[in-house]
Amino acid sequence: MALSYGQLVNSGVGKQLAATLGLPRPAKLRRHVVGGSLVPGAVLVTGHGDAPVAERVRVLLDDAGVQVASKPSTSVAAVVLDLTAVESPADLETLRGVVGPALKTLAPTGRVVVVGRPPEEATSVAQAAARRAVEGIVRSIGKEMRAGGTANTVLVADGADAGVDATIRFLLSGRSAYVSGQVFRVGKPVAPIEAPADWDKPLAGKVAVVTGAARGIGAAITDTLARDGATIVAVDMPSAGGPLAEVANKLGGSALQLDVTADDAGAKIVEHAKARHGGFDIVVHNAGITRDKLLANTEADRWDSVLQVNLLSILRMNEALVPAINAGGHIVNVSSIAGIAGNRGQTNYAASKAGVIGMTQSLAADKTILKKGVTVNAVAPGFIETEMTAKVPFATREVGRLMNSLSQGGLPVDVAETIGYFSWDANRGVTGNVVRVCGQMMLGA
Amino acid sequence: MPSTSPATPRRAAILGGNRIPFARQFGPYANASNQDMFTAALEGLVARYGLQGQRLGEVVGGAVIKHSRDFNLTRESVLGSSLDPHTSAYDVQQACGTGLENAILVANKIKLGQIESGVAGGVDTASDAPIMVSEKLRQKMLKINRGKTTVDMAKRALALRPTDFGIETPANVEPRTGLSMGEHQAITTKKWGITREAQDELAAASHQNLAAAYERGFFDDLMTSYLGQSKDQNLRPDSTVEKLAKLKPVFGKGEGATMTAGNSTPLTDGAAVVLLGSEDWAKEHNIPVQAWFVDGEAAAVDYVHGDEGLLMAPAYAVPRLLERNGLSLQDFDFYEIHEAFAGTVLSTLKAWEDEDFCRDRLGLEKPLGSIDRSKLNVNGSSLAAGHPFAATGGRIVASLAKMLHEKGPGSRGLISICAAGGQGVVAILEGA
Repeated sequence: MALSYGQLVNSGVGKQLAATLGLPRPAKLRRHVVGGSLVPGAVLVTGHGDAPVAERVRVLLDDAGVQVASKPSTSVAAVVLDLTAVESPADLETLRGVVGPALKTLAPTGRVVVVGRPPEEATSVAQAAARRAVEGIVRSIGKEMRAGGTANTVLVADGADAGVDATIRFLLSGRSAYVSGQVFRVGKPVAPIEAPADWDKPLAGKVAVVTGAARGIGAAITDTLARDGATIVAVDMPSAGGPLAEVANKLGGSALQLDVTADDAGAKIVEHAKARHGGFDIVVHNAGITRDKLLANTEADRWDSVLQVNLLSILRMNEALVPAINAGGHIVNVSSIAGIAGNRGQTNYAASKAGVIGMTQSLAADKTILKKGVTVNAVAPGFIETEMTAKVPFATREVGRLMNSLSQGGLPVDVAETIGYFSWDANRGVTGNVVRVCGQMMLGA
Repeated sequence: MPSTSPATPRRAAILGGNRIPFARQFGPYANASNQDMFTAALEGLVARYGLQGQRLGEVVGGAVIKHSRDFNLTRESVLGSSLDPHTSAYDVQQACGTGLENAILVANKIKLGQIESGVAGGVDTASDAPIMVSEKLRQKMLKINRGKTTVDMAKRALALRPTDFGIETPANVEPRTGLSMGEHQAITTKKWGITREAQDELAAASHQNLAAAYERGFFDDLMTSYLGQSKDQNLRPDSTVEKLAKLKPVFGKGEGATMTAGNSTPLTDGAAVVLLGSEDWAKEHNIPVQAWFVDGEAAAVDYVHGDEGLLMAPAYAVPRLLERNGLSLQDFDFYEIHEAFAGTVLSTLKAWEDEDFCRDRLGLEKPLGSIDRSKLNVNGSSLAAGHPFAATGGRIVASLAKMLHEKGPGSRGLISICAAGGQGVVAILEGA
């Protein structure tokens, strides 16, 4: 196997060379470990003015056994700043004054989480400007972070503070290792927020249907959801039956072979999940294909097959799945960075993945789904290390790996962790979100 | 003293099945052993029904062609699977009837309350065949091995002759007649006057029916891909009577020879399993019942000294089974008659229509009569799918159970499988 850039600059001569030339050196990211602490150090929690979310976070950290710090130091592993009370851009000085110095001493794989309110809910122009400014600052901080650190914004709607805990936990934890520069929107919960008895098993007792489960990111999703306590219905094409059976047998779930584009695919999933598991709480629409060609050379069948598998099948399956999913459940769709930024040779794929975003946002706002208390969100993976991306030519692959703030590709588990977070019952305030798992890739940012 | 076993037999439910796609000899499974394939079939079943870590009543498998090292083939496969290793297992061998016989065994134990659940199936490889040394060499080697001293052994070794060295592979030949199965069937086919056209029609229908079944996703929950194969390799969806008519006969002699490679099953590798259970067990495990295993029967004919055809035993087994169950041959929604050769199916059907045969051989007052041919092998059979000997029973039971489940409660299916040694195993399933 060819040596990757990341391996090169982190070993022997390569390391020295990279240091001399000032080349980026990808850090080892902090990923979730079962039984591990939420965050490996103290968390500096502060805010501007009356900071209601900061107070919640202190309680949350206390419960999680994490020390709350009041000033920057090398033992601080994360900063949570509550800017919900900013009134004017002048108030942003608080951020500069707190986060600036903290960045100098922040421990490796640090976290910066800035909490604000949605600009569209602002009561004055100055307030809207200040609120919108937060996103710009945090995206910039993401690019300044070193040693595997991330920075993300959380916008909490007025009166929805109770729903913020899940997102704070996620962002501080190793589960968000490859998520940076993102904006999370927490709104009024669609159903009562229920914290799990054990945060290492946030999906205990849940049944999760995962399509495209036999390989790659899909297999990682099943692994992660099962690790977090869910019973898995692993769905994939009959032609992937062998690997699919391995996935199901490893996790103790059940394998369901079907073509997601078949008219009765949704009905069959419902029938299987109801008969075998008494219903289902989580659906992850992960199945997808690529048929890359420049648009000028894309024939109708190449165009159609990608749209059928990646988008139309989800719309069709949802006709059966939405009425059948347990109340308070979660639907998670897998989009792609290509659906946001576009990609040469991927008009069909980008169409399908951008379509997934439109579908996610529209379905999340749908009256029926809101009545059922079901959240609908999407993840948009960036460059993820899979068998598929391993086949990408070397130069293109290295560019893909390095063109992000973490200077490395993500792992399938990183995508899976975000999907898991969207599936928590503690996270019913987050719906209609599209979160990129891309290490803050420069494309389409 | 109260009896500990149930007073009346219970019903045995067929809950589902799984097989790997069948592959032609020396094809994609050329390097797969019987144990590899049977384990793969089991693993697919375990995954489909979420049986990981569960102790089943028993797993019954077997293979017609077996290495001596595979003395505990089924048990070894269970140990290599995700089932609870406390699941007992054993091998049965009744030639091509193995798979169905195993289903009868498991169903009977369930009916008697001896077990709550079980897997029945079979496997065969025509590729990874055991090789034996010549009988003369084997005898001499054993004699050498019995020598007490080195000198003794060396002396005995002097008896070895170059002509002793040779290998033998298992042949598809009846030991008592020296005739291959195809040659035997050729005699029967001729005797019953089965035409080439009729055989080719049956073969073409088998391919077309199997292709259509794949097309509508019928096998989505009956099969698990294996070694890159996700459909039966032998299937030719575009098979037609015209194309089949071009093939030269391979069995029988002269002008009357009608049996070709197209209307005979090829040598095949594959494995199939069926999950059975009591009603309670099915309910506890949230697995819907597809069909009931009503009854089974085996028969044998004297093809050595008598003048009955080698593969005609099912013709005898079926009327006995029908009588015991108070049914007529026409009381079925589906007929699954294993296509060892197209001629076998057609000879059997013709025999049941024949007044003399039914009176003289079966001792019946009137013929069993004909069947509605549109109900025969509606999703294809061995001519298209292939026939890994011991796996065929599992393939048919699982497919028929699903067909009956789709048809609805009370629907009925008849299975008929001929086997080497002049044997036949037949069974009745009922839709749930």
